[in-house]
Amino acid sequence: MSIATKISIQKIWQLLEEVPDPEVPVLSVIDLGIIRDVKVNENDLEVIITPTYSGCPAMDMITMNIKLALIEHGYNNVKVTSVLSPAWTTDWMSEEGKLKLKKYGITPPNPKQQVCDDNLFTPHEAVQCPHCDSWHTHRISEFGSTACKALYQCNDCKEPFDYFKCH
Amino acid sequence: MNLIPNSQFLIPYTLHLADNNLILAQRNSEWCGHGPVLEQDIAITNISLDLIGQARNFYQYAAQLINDSPVPGSETTEDTLAYHRNDKDFKNFLLVEQPKGDWGQTILRQFFYSTFQHLLYQGLQNSRDAQLAAIAAKSIKEVTYHLRWSSEWVIRLGDGTEESHNRMLQAIDALWVYTGEIFQVSDFELEAVKNNIGVNVSGLKEEWVKKVKDIFDEATLPLPVSSSFHYGGKEGKHTEHLGHILAEMQYLQRAYPGVTW
Repeated sequence: MSIATKISIQKIWQLLEEVPDPEVPVLSVIDLGIIRDVKVNENDLEVIITPTYSGCPAMDMITMNIKLALIEHGYNNVKVTSVLSPAWTTDWMSEEGKLKLKKYGITPPNPKQQVCDDNLFTPHEAVQCPHCDSWHTHRISEFGSTACKALYQCNDCKEPFDYFKCH
Repeated sequence: MNLIPNSQFLIPYTLHLADNNLILAQRNSEWCGHGPVLEQDIAITNISLDLIGQARNFYQYAAQLINDSPVPGSETTEDTLAYHRNDKDFKNFLLVEQPKGDWGQTILRQFFYSTFQHLLYQGLQNSRDAQLAAIAAKSIKEVTYHLRWSSEWVIRLGDGTEESHNRMLQAIDALWVYTGEIFQVSDFELEAVKNNIGVNVSGLKEEWVKKVKDIFDEATLPLPVSSSFHYGGKEGKHTEHLGHILAEMQYLQRAYPGVTW
């Protein structure tokens, strides 16, 4: 007898909404846009994910957390498969996720066409301060505390902040 | 007899792509905690992390190919490929194993490599091999950041102070001789190209030189007109530096095989 009859795919997606990204715990793996598919196979439940950055150390932990969350709800035979193609983009981040990020103090990614090319010394894209909403900000470094973030500072409230960079 | 004729070139080709990234990542990571300023320390180690991640994807694929091949050995994993192979098995460019030197030399090497990597992955993302194509398409987004960052730094240092300009001249002297090898096609690359899997690197040279020259012009740095080059990395003939990297990188797994955290 197939287990497919007993599993509601929709229910799995709901459970995944409660699995946080370990680096940015305010975001769920759904918000991040890394869950590509959920499948009920003959003998297991398969969650297909895609990495954000190739070297993101959180991916192994995310895989474990997905399994744990599903095991907690009685889904014992869970397989998490990582696929690289199509490559993850910040365009897949949910609108809700972007709002949560901003509340958390990290500026959400701009639409990606702004700076994702190899042109040099591009004018810094307009990045809004998550604290005082000023657009009067400047980039300190294109690389930040995690692979997915850049470091900015607000010229008005002077607060430094992370920007979840476009990818 | 051999069910996967591809593997004869596909395994070394994939390992070559992995080794370049791993060894450069290891070199760059020597800056961790020693960068000239905090933000750039973070930048170079972020670049290391990206390169290690890309290397892992290539190693995982190589391990799968090796384990699938009809001649079974002991089980191969990404870790055995990184930690259990000897220097003669590594197929990386001589360029990436050279000591990190000063900040200028590290920047120039990264710029040479990223410029090449960007061109290579543009081609590789159209590979007939779906996994190599997927890794390239994924990685090129990260490489774009590395390329922009390193290009800007070459300009900043070359067109900076007399001191920084001279350091860049020294870096060019130290590294240019290792750039010829990149574009010399090895046996496994030739086979990969014939099978529409690999990229013809000799065809990338002109574009690479043009891009390097554009940046050098802005940086007020001279493009060397001619040079004799060192070859051998792709065939496992390395400079003494690789042995030192491996001694450090592989020490723990060699001393305590299979040890985990």
